[in-house]
Amino acid sequence: MAIVEFTDLFKVFGPDPAGALARFRAGADRDALREAGGHTVALADISLAIAPGEIFVVMGLSGSGKSTLVRLINRLIRPTSGQVRVAGADVGAMTDSELTALRRHRISMVFQHFGLMPHRTVLDNVAYGLAIQKQPRSAYEATARRWVETVGLSGFETAWPDELSGGMRQRVGLARALATDPDILLMDEPFSALDPLIRRDMQDQLLALQGDLTKTIVFITHDLDEALRLGDRIAILKDGALAQLGTPEEILLAPASDYVAAFLRDVNRGRVLTASSAMQRTPPQVGPGQSSAASIAPETPLETVLPLVAEQDVPVAVVDADGAVLGTVSRQDVIALLVPK
Amino acid sequence: MFPEELGWPLRLWIDEFVDWLVINYGDVFEAAADSVLFLLVGLEQGLRALPWWLVVLAVAGIAWHASRRVGLAVGLAAVMLLIGSLGLWDKAMQTLALMIVAIAVTVILGIPTGILAARSDRFRALLLPVLDLMQTMPSFVYLIPAVMLFGLGKVSAILATVIYAVPPLIRLTDLGIRQVDPEVLEASQSFGASPRQTLLGVQLPLALPSIMAGINQSIMMALAMVVIASMIGARGLGEEVLQGLQRQEPGTGFAGGLAIVALAILFDRISQAYGRRSQRHRTVEG
Ligand SMILES: Nc1ncnc2c1ncn2[C@@H]1O[C@H](COP(=O)(O)OP(=O)(O)OP(=O)(O)O)[C@@H](O)[C@H]1O
Ligand SMILES: [Mg+2]
Repeated sequence: MAIVEFTDLFKVFGPDPAGALARFRAGADRDALREAGGHTVALADISLAIAPGEIFVVMGLSGSGKSTLVRLINRLIRPTSGQVRVAGADVGAMTDSELTALRRHRISMVFQHFGLMPHRTVLDNVAYGLAIQKQPRSAYEATARRWVETVGLSGFETAWPDELSGGMRQRVGLARALATDPDILLMDEPFSALDPLIRRDMQDQLLALQGDLTKTIVFITHDLDEALRLGDRIAILKDGALAQLGTPEEILLAPASDYVAAFLRDVNRGRVLTASSAMQRTPPQVGPGQSSAASIAPETPLETVLPLVAEQDVPVAVVDADGAVLGTVSRQDVIALLVPK
Repeated sequence: MFPEELGWPLRLWIDEFVDWLVINYGDVFEAAADSVLFLLVGLEQGLRALPWWLVVLAVAGIAWHASRRVGLAVGLAAVMLLIGSLGLWDKAMQTLALMIVAIAVTVILGIPTGILAARSDRFRALLLPVLDLMQTMPSFVYLIPAVMLFGLGKVSAILATVIYAVPPLIRLTDLGIRQVDPEVLEASQSFGASPRQTLLGVQLPLALPSIMAGINQSIMMALAMVVIASMIGARGLGEEVLQGLQRQEPGTGFAGGLAIVALAILFDRISQAYGRRSQRHRTVEG
């Protein structure tokens, strides 16, 4: 079952959102609405479902509606039409106290420029989500300390945010988000403001944490490599509409439009595509001698497969964890996928 | 000549309005006046009863607490000694008490009004022209209703001072709150903070440097009213200046003026030092 679900969702900004939406539905053009009445159709007819425990990446050009999409999940922004459900409950229809409970216990957010409170120390920033739940300090301080330690900032508990580097600040942001033990983590371009090397560290750290925690993560980025590294599935937005949704491999193998294809132009296909996409499902005829002695797992990326098959004249067997032969991969199969026409 | 038929009876309306206030709400104003007066008289008597050296030490102590600089503490103690040496100690204590109460009332009214202005664009749109009017209207004008409501004396002086001094504090409180980084606000909300928790825990602390600047400006405006306040019966240094004018004694007037400047320096340096301290760790950029 989906943990976050968007149904027929529209979001229009401007003085008369409902009126502008009616005109948009009647066929008015997005640019015309902007010029005529200053209305922005930030999201148009979005329906999608996010599964528990997945890293769901949202991509798109600037202004395509990414930030709007995540802010609808914890109702920092309200829908103009349609619904957002979190664990089955309609977020738009929640009472104030239900919404507060949702934000305090189920959803946390990490921000592009970290959103740290400059007048609170590292420890007090991490503890913020717990402190506003009106527990006594003694009840949450240990939790906050543990999270400071988990993100690798031991010794900086009493430092101020203005004394930290960018990467350290975002570690504080991450620890603050995790300290309330939410089910869902919303991350709006969390690593965009960081240097490439530090960004990679942070991605690794997030993946390591996710290995232990299995949160549902909605992650916004406009960096394709980041999307492909982190995303279990990727949603690509264009002008507020969903251009394509799928696993990195699905999108790469079958881009839904030229827009999506243009997005993917510079991808290292060998890293994203795997043996399972390239293989020919030809067993059980494959007997000894028809394929090489070497065998590979189906999830092996093609950049690893390529040197193997380059040396072999016979196809390499693709074998799953139980030892069953799923198919074979030949040099031609790999090249066909790496160099699309 | 402008045709009389085209005129509108503004002055009549205002007269009637103030009369109506006095008749219907006189009791309320009297009660408010009594409590302010009680505070002021208590403070004034207290300050005048204290030995002079204790007041000088207290000023030095506060200056040190605000700035952690011995130099400022010594300098402001010297300023107090200067006032005493002019023979104006007693009058200066009266003015000090008046200023402290006027500033307290200014802060009590100004900060909440600034908070309201920051939260509601509509309230702000109504308020801004009123503030402009309060600041540009010659201050003599609102001495008149103040005297009608509270009679001649200290309370009217405080009211007139507060009306004159409060606009910068309201403006800078509003500005300070509106300037808080929207991402930090979103962060606070995204963790389920109530509007009250966001206000007290995030907006006010981050607006504090701006609010402190507002308090500093309000204090300077309040000191500028000292002489005018003495025209409706406030005691203190303003009286000295007024006397100098009436009796044509330039020396008396100048000494009084110098003591007012000395108090202004005192308030300015101390409030600025607190303001600077409030700026630490208020932005993430180092
Ligand atoms: N509060 C608002 N009022 C008016 N228009 C808004 C508001 N918030 C967003 N918009 C508009 O809605 C559109 C989508 O904005 P959004 O912030 O979701 O884009 P984004 O994909 O996150 O872009 P970026 O990559 O620049 O962060 C933009 O055209 C933006 O100008
Ligand atoms: Mg954005």
